[in-house]
Amino acid sequence: MEVATGAGRPKPDVPLVALSGACVHFGAVRALDGVSLTVSPGECVGLMGHNGAGKSTAVNVINGGLTPTDGQVRYGHEDGRKGTGAARARACGIRSVFQELSLCPNLSVLENLRVPHRDLTGFGWRKTAAGRIAGALDEIFPGHRIEPGMIVGDLTLAERQMVEIAAGFAGGPTPPRLVILDEPTSSLDASIARQLLEHVRRFCAKGGAVIFISHMLGEVFEVASRIDVMKDGKIIASRPASEFTQQGLIDAMGHVANEKAVARAAVESSQRIGEEVLKTPEGLSARKGEIVGLAGLAGHGQAEALARFFMSRSGKLARVKDPEAAFVAGDRGRDGVMPLWSILRNLTLTHLPSLTRRGLVDRVAEQALGADWKKRIGIRTDNLGNLILSLSGGNQQKVLFARALASSAPIVVMDDPMRGVDVGTKQEAYDMIRTEAANGRTFLWYSTETDEVCQCDRVFVFRNGQISAELTGDGITEENILAASFQMQGAGA
Amino acid sequence: MNGKYRILLPVLSLTVLLAAVFYLQPRAMSYFGLNLLFNLAVPIALATIAQMMIIMVNDIDLSVGTFVSFVACVTATFLNDAPLVGAAILLASILAYAAIGALIHIRQLPAIVVTLGMSFVWGGLAVLLLPSPGGAAPTWIRTVMTVKPPLVPMAVVACILIAGLTHVLIMRSSTGTLLRAVGGNAQAVARSGWSVTKLKAGAYALAGFFGVLAGICLVGLTTSADANIALRYTLLSIAGVILGGGEFTGGRVSPVGAVLGALTLALAGSFLSFMRLSPDWQIGAQGAILILVLAVRLIFSRRSRKWKGAENG
Repeated sequence: MEVATGAGRPKPDVPLVALSGACVHFGAVRALDGVSLTVSPGECVGLMGHNGAGKSTAVNVINGGLTPTDGQVRYGHEDGRKGTGAARARACGIRSVFQELSLCPNLSVLENLRVPHRDLTGFGWRKTAAGRIAGALDEIFPGHRIEPGMIVGDLTLAERQMVEIAAGFAGGPTPPRLVILDEPTSSLDASIARQLLEHVRRFCAKGGAVIFISHMLGEVFEVASRIDVMKDGKIIASRPASEFTQQGLIDAMGHVANEKAVARAAVESSQRIGEEVLKTPEGLSARKGEIVGLAGLAGHGQAEALARFFMSRSGKLARVKDPEAAFVAGDRGRDGVMPLWSILRNLTLTHLPSLTRRGLVDRVAEQALGADWKKRIGIRTDNLGNLILSLSGGNQQKVLFARALASSAPIVVMDDPMRGVDVGTKQEAYDMIRTEAANGRTFLWYSTETDEVCQCDRVFVFRNGQISAELTGDGITEENILAASFQMQGAGA
Repeated sequence: MNGKYRILLPVLSLTVLLAAVFYLQPRAMSYFGLNLLFNLAVPIALATIAQMMIIMVNDIDLSVGTFVSFVACVTATFLNDAPLVGAAILLASILAYAAIGALIHIRQLPAIVVTLGMSFVWGGLAVLLLPSPGGAAPTWIRTVMTVKPPLVPMAVVACILIAGLTHVLIMRSSTGTLLRAVGGNAQAVARSGWSVTKLKAGAYALAGFFGVLAGICLVGLTTSADANIALRYTLLSIAGVILGGGEFTGGRVSPVGAVLGALTLALAGSFLSFMRLSPDWQIGAQGAILILVLAVRLIFSRRSRKWKGAENG
């Protein structure tokens, strides 16, 4: 007989959520490749892994936002019922606090609680909401100065994150039983982060469970009872936190078989690299003919650093014909492709000023330029007049490469350009970049993939919007990049 | 700009304009005078509220003017001759608005294009109903619109009622909060398991409802209708929402502000007549007033951002 154990306290042997062999495929990409994981009451699971290891996919499967293509997700309800889906995940008290802010800036703090808490209706709902959010804030962050009536848009970034966390823990008709925290401390200062960690510990001691994702290793070791390490969509290690060391964790996240960065001709690079051509106030520098990589966990300021540099070097009308820098977009849909234009027009876009005769585009020269680049980088199409969207993602990316390389710009800025590109095209692009670098061009290359970064001559690792390490030559290894991406010291430091 | 002070600017601009009108024409400072000044502002205020519902969910409605004209034509014909049929037509038009909202969200169409297209549909239907000006207002609407409450004229009472009720509906109720949340961060709303399609359809239905009220009120005042009677409401309503402290994106709207904005714009017309400005110049002068107010608002919001920056260090 199953007997409800009062106050929503589940029996400790019934897991809150159990994934068995969960797979998620996006086309050919295996974001999750057979993950089995259970979270039981009282546990705090630290989920670790590098970019694209599958952490956020796993989180989305757990909270019901994604349905796995294969395998099973089971939720343990307090009355013993089991089920699947997002509604069931909510009914089981599974809450997510996402890294990117998911509050409505136009609403007040208490009004924001209305979105996740469906029972807040009718007369007096404001009072109930204010009580819930104020209670959670007081409990987690004693001494905070946030009023429930404040508009979220007027709060600082840290305060917004505090509200978001408090909303995740706030009581309601279905009290939280498993709270997923994705980089919860990224914009909190040390003392506030400490309050959160203490609350997580209290919450777990009372029978709640937390999945904790953070790039601060110290924090993870402080709260996690178990650490699961993900890599390439699989969980490759799952042990009690006490059995890991910080260095051991870094090693576990790296390649199992340590592939040495592929035959980088050191002699060749020392010949081609010349004098320094750029230096930014934040410490980014590059020399002529050098391939400079920007690494670190996604969203730690690399794209912003690139954009700041590129904007400071472009947009001057006088230099349209002779640009200082060219840009290769990674997010093709947002800042790369002109979807309604032909391949040719997309390719020649930045080169247009030098194709202009008396204010009109010289069609013959444009055709010649297009045909030349089609041959040089092998765009797979029979007619450059076709729409750009008729190409595969990889070939669209080649066009964007050609657009940048066709210009005379001595510096090429690349914002994660290999996103969603197949392996064959990647190899071609690597060759292209190396050839161009040999011709004296400088590349600034942000990539979320470590093996790409390992092809660079010099690597800047970013953490929290700042450069945390500069690696050169043999120092460019996955271990070093990982170590610089994750904060090694204790959480309080 | 801080939400609490957002309402100050529309209050201030209305006060300044009202003072100017009273200065030019002291006789306007009476029961009768006030009613005359603000009479035609009531349907404009309702249309502005309708527009606000759409702007609240990050869209814009270019069909408000022709929709109100269409409703006016229905009111002056069907609602007068066969009330049941008329009511059914108006109900169907509200449902049509909801359907347009759902369509815009499901197909991810630009609202500006869809509503521009719909404006021709409503306009065409209005012309079919009333090819030449005519029709008659149902007597009950006439009675409502010409009622003479003690102390304060009908127009002022109506505007206070509209502002108060929509404030409770949009700013205080839990459903209104959810609708504003759609404008603020639709992704977060969807992630919490709500149907954004249904919410958007609801916002559009509310817009349709207030558009219908605007059309009925208008006929109550003018006693007859015309297919082109309310064309200028489209731009007036957008201007009113913005003047009242609303923003085009982000779900930042204020019903009280929208009503004040509509009153300001209506008053601007009278003010310019009192200035003995030829009607040819009036639209331009109205635009100038709008630009002036928005410029003041921009200065204020810049300032407050600077202060905030200083506070955060």
